[in-house]
Amino acid sequence: MPAIRVLIAKPGLDGHDRGAKVIARALRDAGMEVIYTGLRQTPEMIAEAALQEDVDVVGLSILSGAHMALVPRIREMLDANDLKDVPLIIGGIIPDDDKSALTAMGVQGIFGPGTSTETIVARIQELVGAKGEASLL
Amino acid sequence: MNELITGVIKGERRAIARALTVVENERDGAEMLLAALFPHTGRAQIIGITGAPGTGKSTLVSALAKAYRAQQQTVAIIAVDPTSPFSGGAIMGDRIRMRDLAGDPGVFIRSMATRGNLGGLARASRDAIRVLDAAGFELILVETVGAGQSEVDIARTAQTTLVVEAPGLGDDVQAIKAGILEIADILVVNKADKPGADSTVSSLKAMLELGHPAAREQMVAHHGRILHVQNPAAAVEARFWLPPVLRTVASEGGGIPELMQAIAQHRAHLALDGALQSLEKQQIEIELHDRLRAALIARLLAIIPQEMLADMIARIQARTLDPHAAVQQLLAAQVSQYPDLR
Ligand SMILES: Nc1nc2c(ncn2[C@@H]2O[C@H](COP(=O)(O)OP(=O)(O)OP(=O)(O)O)[C@@H](O)[C@H]2O)c(=O)[nH]1
Ligand SMILES: [Mg+2]
Repeated sequence: MPAIRVLIAKPGLDGHDRGAKVIARALRDAGMEVIYTGLRQTPEMIAEAALQEDVDVVGLSILSGAHMALVPRIREMLDANDLKDVPLIIGGIIPDDDKSALTAMGVQGIFGPGTSTETIVARIQELVGAKGEASLL
Repeated sequence: MNELITGVIKGERRAIARALTVVENERDGAEMLLAALFPHTGRAQIIGITGAPGTGKSTLVSALAKAYRAQQQTVAIIAVDPTSPFSGGAIMGDRIRMRDLAGDPGVFIRSMATRGNLGGLARASRDAIRVLDAAGFELILVETVGAGQSEVDIARTAQTTLVVEAPGLGDDVQAIKAGILEIADILVVNKADKPGADSTVSSLKAMLELGHPAAREQMVAHHGRILHVQNPAAAVEARFWLPPVLRTVASEGGGIPELMQAIAQHRAHLALDGALQSLEKQQIEIELHDRLRAALIARLLAIIPQEMLADMIARIQARTLDPHAAVQQLLAAQVSQYPDLR
């Protein structure tokens, strides 16, 4: 099994990427190849990187509170790049009230502060596993 | 698969990205894909960028790509990062330094993990370069892992290899140790805005004059007189390429035009007397040997019974068999048993 490739991106204007780096390291330690693109990524940049890197999953770290504006835009850009089958997951400070709306926008994993890295790893493996089976059909 | 092949040749980005994955994962069909693309390769100019971690390779690649884009050349970038030997995973952060290139349809950036390969590139890097070459990119910039040693793969793959140094790494002796000077076509002292750049430049120059094969040949050619070739153009004339030492401030774009000029001069040098052809021939020979070795090993290990190997290992450990004799026995047994190996 080749390594799972994950793009970890930080959209929006907040300048903290500690959390994103912790996740990147945890995914690496779980045997994944993580492409880390740094701070202040626009939705266009994220979709472009996801396309070029042919990643299995895109993970966003959003602390700025702008998730309701950013997520639909990023999903839209991914779809426009023919990446409809690439799951989007997000981590950060996401109020409970927003979760069902985000899920409706196509987000396939939402991880608040304090989520164990094992949970995130397991979810990514599950998403990629499901996709792998689907493409065999 | 046919769709993928035509997509790559037409330069479609999604197809290129997928083809790179097929090649990298050595998936079914990878060989067929590469065979179909191969006739479309051989056009790109391949430039390698190597050097110790943190010297500014990615920043330099980004600055170079931007400058080549300003000349309307299309640019693909492969950035190689190390795979963790413990987990098999990797963190690849080179794109962080390449954000200036975002949104440009004439640029394609791909990160690759070494997946256990030593030598500075991934096992599939050569094939990835071919995919990008077939896709029509005029320039392919390849950033190696940056272990700072035994990065020989890049010199066996690129036409021009840049070795990047930076002041204050205590790198003087390091460079000799790593044999890195032997693979350099151009030496770049990046972070020339930092103190110590002068001494890095002069120690590199001193080492070159003493140790570089071109310098040695020159000494022979000129009856022991040491020639100081400051000007790369003069080196071209002399038919020996003595790597120039250039300063850059990649983060500000400083020294990039001069670096591009040196790259062009090296290319012109390669065009002399069929040097490019003989470089390519050498590279093909090495590649063929590598592939043959890998294929033979795989074949042999597939037919040698596990127990036979285990038994030999035990006997070697017990000192009743020596490793050389073991190899001879294995080969003799297998060749007589499997005539198709001959
Ligand atoms: N002062 C100064 N800093 C620079 C220059 N070029 C790059 N840097 C900085 O050096 C650091 C490392 O740069 P990178 O381009 O990531 O270096 P690298 O060689 O690609 O690093 P690895 O891929 O990790 O081996 C970054 O913080 C850059 O901003 C320069 O010319 N001057
Ligand atoms: Mg780098």
